[in-house]
This record gives sequence, C-alpha cells and structure tokens, in this order.
Amino acid sequence: MAAFLQQVVSGLASGAIFASLALALVLIYRSTDVVNFAQGEMATFATYIAWSLMDHGISYWPAFVLTLVLAFLGGATIERTLIRPVEHRPEIAIVIVTIGLLIVLNGLTGWIWGAEVKAFDSPFPNETWDVGGVVISQQDVGVLVVCLVTVAALWAFFRFTTLGLVMRAVANDQTSSRLVGVRVGWMLALGWGFAAVLGAVAGMMAAPTLFLDPTMMLVVLIYAFAAAVLGGIDSPIGAVVGGLTLGVLINLLGAYVDFVGSELRLPTALFILLVVLMIRPQGLFGHVAVRRV
Amino acid sequence: MSSRPISESRVPLLELDGVRARYGPIVALHGVSLAVEEGEIVALLGANGAGKTTTLRAVCGMVKTAGQITFSGRSIIGRSPEGVARLGIAHVPEGRGLFTELTVWDNIRMGAVVRGGQKALRENTERILGYFPWMGERRDQHAGTLSGGEQQMLALVRALVSNPKVLLLDEPSLGLAPTVTRELFSLVRRLNEEEGLTVLVVEQNAMIALDTASRAYVLEVGKVAVAGDSDELKRHEGVRKSYLGY
Amino acid sequence: MRRIPTAVSFAAFVVIAIVVALLPRFMGEFRLSQFTFVALYFIALLGLNILTGYNGQISLGHGAFMGIGAYVSALLILGRPGLELYQLDPPGWLPLGNGMTPVFTIPLAGLVTGVIGLIIGIPALRLAGVSLALATFALAVSLPTIAKRFDQVTGGGGGLSLLLPEAPFGWDISTRHWLYYEAWVTAGIMFLIAWLMVRGRLGRAWRSIRDGEVAAASSGVNPALYKTLAFGVSSFYAGVAGALLVIEVSFVNPDTFPVSLSILLLASCVIGGLGALSGTLFGALVIEFLPVYSESPPLIDAEFSTQAPSVVFGALLIVIVFLLPGGFAGLLRQLSRWATRAAGRMTARRTTPAPASDS
Repeated sequence: MAAFLQQVVSGLASGAIFASLALALVLIYRSTDVVNFAQGEMATFATYIAWSLMDHGISYWPAFVLTLVLAFLGGATIERTLIRPVEHRPEIAIVIVTIGLLIVLNGLTGWIWGAEVKAFDSPFPNETWDVGGVVISQQDVGVLVVCLVTVAALWAFFRFTTLGLVMRAVANDQTSSRLVGVRVGWMLALGWGFAAVLGAVAGMMAAPTLFLDPTMMLVVLIYAFAAAVLGGIDSPIGAVVGGLTLGVLINLLGAYVDFVGSELRLPTALFILLVVLMIRPQGLFGHVAVRRV
Repeated sequence: MSSRPISESRVPLLELDGVRARYGPIVALHGVSLAVEEGEIVALLGANGAGKTTTLRAVCGMVKTAGQITFSGRSIIGRSPEGVARLGIAHVPEGRGLFTELTVWDNIRMGAVVRGGQKALRENTERILGYFPWMGERRDQHAGTLSGGEQQMLALVRALVSNPKVLLLDEPSLGLAPTVTRELFSLVRRLNEEEGLTVLVVEQNAMIALDTASRAYVLEVGKVAVAGDSDELKRHEGVRKSYLGY
Repeated sequence: MRRIPTAVSFAAFVVIAIVVALLPRFMGEFRLSQFTFVALYFIALLGLNILTGYNGQISLGHGAFMGIGAYVSALLILGRPGLELYQLDPPGWLPLGNGMTPVFTIPLAGLVTGVIGLIIGIPALRLAGVSLALATFALAVSLPTIAKRFDQVTGGGGGLSLLLPEAPFGWDISTRHWLYYEAWVTAGIMFLIAWLMVRGRLGRAWRSIRDGEVAAASSGVNPALYKTLAFGVSSFYAGVAGALLVIEVSFVNPDTFPVSLSILLLASCVIGGLGALSGTLFGALVIEFLPVYSESPPLIDAEFSTQAPSVVFGALLIVIVFLLPGGFAGLLRQLSRWATRAAGRMTARRTTPAPASDS
C-alpha cells in the first residue's frame, strides 16, 4: 500500500508538469485555434535562460521570476510576428510554422548553449518525509505545489480581472469581441505570453529530474498533448485533470503492469491519446466541435 | 423618389457614398449610397441576398470595401471592426454575436469594457436595465441558455451600455416570434424617443421596420432601388407588392 | 492552379532521366550513395505529397511507415534462417521465408506497409486536421519504442544487419552502382504511377475531398473510400522507400526512424510544394543535402543537429510558408508563367500589326 501511494504521489508530481504544459497548449488552442507544436521547445529555451541567469550568479527564485517575465514577452512576440500573419491560412500552414519554430528553437538552444547535458538546480531539498510509512519526496511535493499555484493564479486572473474577462470573451468569439471594440490581436499575444509562462514553469520543474538538454521537453510535450486531448483540447480544467490523471496512470501502469514496464510508458500514453481521439474526440471535459460547412 | 436626407443643412451622422463591397471574387454591393441623421431611425430593407447585411458589415470594416463611408464627417473606410466600434458605432450582428460561454452580466460588462469602462458601466446599466427589468435577475445565467428573444435583448443591452452614437441592428426579428418582435421594436422606438438613440436597422420584416423607422432604403442586388419616408414607401406600389404583400 | 504544360513536363522528365543515368560517371562512391538516398526520399515524398498535399490529410508519421517497410524488407531478406543466426525466435505464424533476393522484397514491403496504412486509414477517418497530425505524430514517436520491445522479431535495440547485396542475375556492375540504378528505376516507376493517379480520377477525387469534403460527398465522391485509399497508397510509397533504405545501408534499428525523420519529411514536402509533383525532387534534394544532420551520414545520428544549419532549416520553412506557400513547385509555376508571357510578347512583336479585324 505504501508503495502504491508513493507511486501516486510521484505520479502527481510528473502529472503536474504535464498539466502545466497541457494547460499552455489548451490556452493557445482556445484563443488562437492553433496547436503549438513548439510549446515544448519554448519551455526548454526558457529553462536554459533560467540556467544562464543562475550561472551568472542570480539565485534561484529571482531567476525563476525573471525567466517567467522573459518567457511572457517571448511568447507574446512570437504570436505577433509569426502566428498573426498566418492566422487565416489553412491549418497545414500554421502547423508547418509551429514545426518550423520547433526546429529553429531546438537548433538555437544547441547552438547557444551546446548539446551536452547540464544539471539544473532544484529549489527543493533532496530529502523525503515519512508520512505513516509512506516515503514522500520533498521535490515531488514542491513541484506539485509550484505548478498548482501557477495554475491557480492564472485561473484567478481569468476569473476575477477585467483583462481576464476580455481574454475569455476573445476565446469564445473573436468577431463579437471586435464588434465591442476589443483589440483582439493584443489579447491573442497575451494568451501566448501566458502559455509561455506555463511552459517555463513546467520546464524549470522538470529540469532537475530530467536534466537539461535541448531535447528535454520533447517527450514531456507528447505527454502534455496526450493529457490535453484526454481532458479536452478546449478545456482548461480538462488539461489539469488530464495531466494529473495521466501522470498517475502512467506511473501505476509502469510499476504494476509488466507489459508496460518502463519502456512502453510513452507508447501507452500515446495509445490512450489515440483511443480518446477515436472514441471521444472531445475528451473528458471538452465540447463537441460543430463542423461548419 | 430621391435618396437625399430630409434636412440637407446638417452633416449626417453616418453617410455612405457609392460603396462597393465584395467577398473574395463575389461583388455584393454595387454602389450603395445612404445617410442616417442623428436621432433618426432608418430602415434598410430588401430580399435575401440584396446586400443589407453586407452594408452593415461594410460600415464596420468586416468586408473588403471601396467608396466613401463617413461618420460625423470623418472617413472610416478601411478601419478595423474594433476601430469602428471604438468610435461609437455599435453593431448587433445577425445571430446576435453574444458571448455564449459568458454570463449575462459578463456580456453586459464586455459592452462597456472598451468605451467608458467601470464608470460608464455603473451609470448606464441601471438606466438601460430599466427598459429590461427582467434581466437583472438573470445576471448569472449563461448567455447561451437564454431564449432567442432574451438573447436579442441582451445583445441590445450590451450595445447600449457603451453609449453608442449609432446603433446598427442586423435582422433583429430573425428567429423571433411575432409578439417578441413587436416588443423589441417598440423598445427600440422608446430608446430612440427617450434617449435620442440613432438607429440603422436592417430588416426582412418590412412592415414592422416601416412602422418603427421614419425613413427607409430598399436594396436590390447590391444597389439602392427605392428610398424615402416610411409613409411614402408604404404606399409605393413596387414596395407594397414585393415586400409588404398587398 | 495552372499546371505546367504536359510537353514541358515530359521534356523535363526525359532530361532528368538522362542526367540520372549519366551521373554515376562523374562521382565517387560516397556521392553515389547520397544520390541513392535522394531517390528513396523522392519516393517517400511522393507518397506523403499524395496524402497531405493532394488529399489534405496531415501526416507526421510518414517516417514510421518507412520504418515498417524497412523492417519488413530486412526480415524477408534474412528469412527465418537469417534470424536464427541472430538467436532470435520470432513467432511461428509469421510468414518468413528462407531468405529472398532484396530486389523482390521492395514491392512486398510496399504492399505490407500499404495494407497497414489502409488499416490505419480507417480509424484516421474520424480524425481531421490537427488531431490527425497528433495521432500520426504519436505513431512516429511510438515506433522506435515498439521496435525495441518486440525484439524477437526486430532484433531489439541492436536491430538487423544484412549482407551487402550483389547485383542480381550475375550482372557485372559494382554494388553501389547497382543500388543506385535500382533506386532510381524504382523512383521512375513510382513517379509515373503517381503521375497517372494524380492526373486521373483518383487525383481529382483526392483534391476535391481536400478542398471541401462535404461538397465532394454531395457530388458523388465517397470521402471515406478515397481518404483510406490515400493512406494506403502513401504508406505503400513509404514502405518501398524504407525497403530501399535498408537495402542501401544494409542495416536497420529503432533509431533509424526517429520522429525527427517524420518531421523532416513533412517539412521537405512543404518546401518542395504541397499538391504538386514537380517540386518533390527538390524536396528530396533538400533532405539529403541540407546539412541538418551533423557530419555523420544521415539517419545514423538521427536527432536534429544542434547547430546553425538546423536554425536555417527551420527559418527556411517559416519563410516558405510566409512568402512562397506553393514551395518550389510554386516557384516553377511562377517561372513558367513568366516564360509563357515573355514568349507571348516576343511572338506578338514579330507579327506585323495588321489593320484591326474581327477577333
């Protein structure tokens, strides 16, 4: 039983990272109708920036916050310069642009910082708590808390501020937003900015365990996609629930089902992704898309 | 039957001159000229596909337009929809354009968020909700769950909360029962009389439009075919046969 | 989309065929191998272009299908005896023979992959646009891991090695030359087949579905049938390309077909020009000669190079979407338009202006 709970807790921690990145994907999808294949690389890039800041002597939390600010600006800039011009083009064009962005960022990361794996500090002590026989890693709890706090802060922003209301309106109906005078373009840029922040948080939380290298987030991105689809690609709640669920599920399956073991975790997640896409494409919490003829 | 506004000495609040508009390769408007004076209710009539909705869209910059469109004397052609809205032209589109995922109250807030903000919202809302007493209780209901008529009223409230100089109404009667339609138009009339609201309303229901508006233009195939006072048009033989049914 | 006139296409085909036939005289073995790769990438891209360009189904899993073709071909070449040499114990029900001449495995690998593609195409009907891209992406990512898992068939992480093939029927040419011509003749045949499909009823049906599925359905085209067919055909092409690849390098393992290959294939298809066959060869040249991979031969060190060329490649992709959405094929069309216009002007100048008559 103790082992089971341990798996659940560490599953929640990795699930929280999936959830953050998945929420980023959903945020962008809801506002701009784009699936951002480059979300993982954007997160990696931000994590490298954090690493550089700390390498230059800045301590962890100030570096963390500064990275979030820079990530926000970066995300907004990418939306304005790369995505806005192709907004109204067919889907394939936008997919290619985000893939191009993926390739560019991947190359840039290696070019600037080199391809060798780097260690990334964690702000949480590498110790454990013993809660009634269950060994809980403080790192896992820390990751869980940070991710959930970020998500909660974002939720509060959307729920209680005017700007948040405007962004929700834009996600609901862009044309109607224009008709009441909203500068929709800027709202979309903000959406990408927030998504980049979420990605940066995910990256910085994942780096201590996964170690920092240019392809660090590629696998996490795939889990995040699976989580987002599972929860419903247009549902923020779905992304969070989907991420946490997927994290726990994968951990448990990996630990208890021999067939899955440690090698088939990723394909299992993808299998879940496929099954969901086939049976219930709108995921657990999403809405059925009405095909506009 | 001329298309000149009643009083030529004043500059019309909204004026279109030789406006052409197209959707890609399809030309929808072939030179539309009309004018709306401050404080008037003007109706835009015509059959399906005549270009009525396109005319409103042209004003709001939602479609590729050529020609002249002036608002309070300033040219607004080529402006983005949000730019036009910020000048004080409120457009309630066909289908109402509500934020279906937001609550009634949030929809109303969105109306004031750009033009006027919190202060205008507080001042205007009480006054405007006076015309729609039932809406106050439904604040927290999701806009998507309202009935057709209620949605139309909400769209109207949202447009009014921004204190617009001109209200563009696109087919408000669409999908509404006749009683609700009458209620809606009498509300528009009241708002015009009591608040001096200027309205350009596009309608297929020519009868109720001519009963509410003081003047009207009839569009056919992207051009103004007939124009004049409502009473004149009600007696006009072509209009009677084609749009009024007698 | 005005097509390049048939006469020009035919002339271009003949010229390219002659160049391809003569090229080996001017180059050494390494270059020859590179151009062999161009041929097989060309085949893969033809298939991907049919699926994504002509039929509008975005696939980020084309590399996985190449992988399937490669493994099928390798297994057929080795046969059960060959696998036993590896101490592998594949299930008895697998129809592995006793070893086959490589050249015959090419169509077989294509067929098997094509059938798998047809099967995958059926559930794919439920997905569209980005969902499909995601699902095929998932496929591409899973394949290496699945290959490692079922190591009794695939040789696991170590993969399968083949003996270097000899030219069949006792022909007296070097292996490299044989492989080069084998690849290009196959490429030529596959191109002609693609050309015929695309110009005929299949192509029309595929395009009409891409441009509007509901409209296509109401004019009598069965979208489910043609979309599944597109998947099958494109997988067939990928399978053939995969078979040629394993024959060329005499080796296949799970790292031969990483997800970056699928991404690269789609990107190069876009650069060549979606929905037009004329740019596909250019796309194949891009994959082979743009140094996206680091110095080691492509596909062995198969992650994206973390050097500047990667950045250039990605930027090129974005620039193409912005400025030249038709890719290289679009550029060719534009050039041919200018050429015809210039020719028209020249002939007009030569004619003596006659008094205006009826026209």
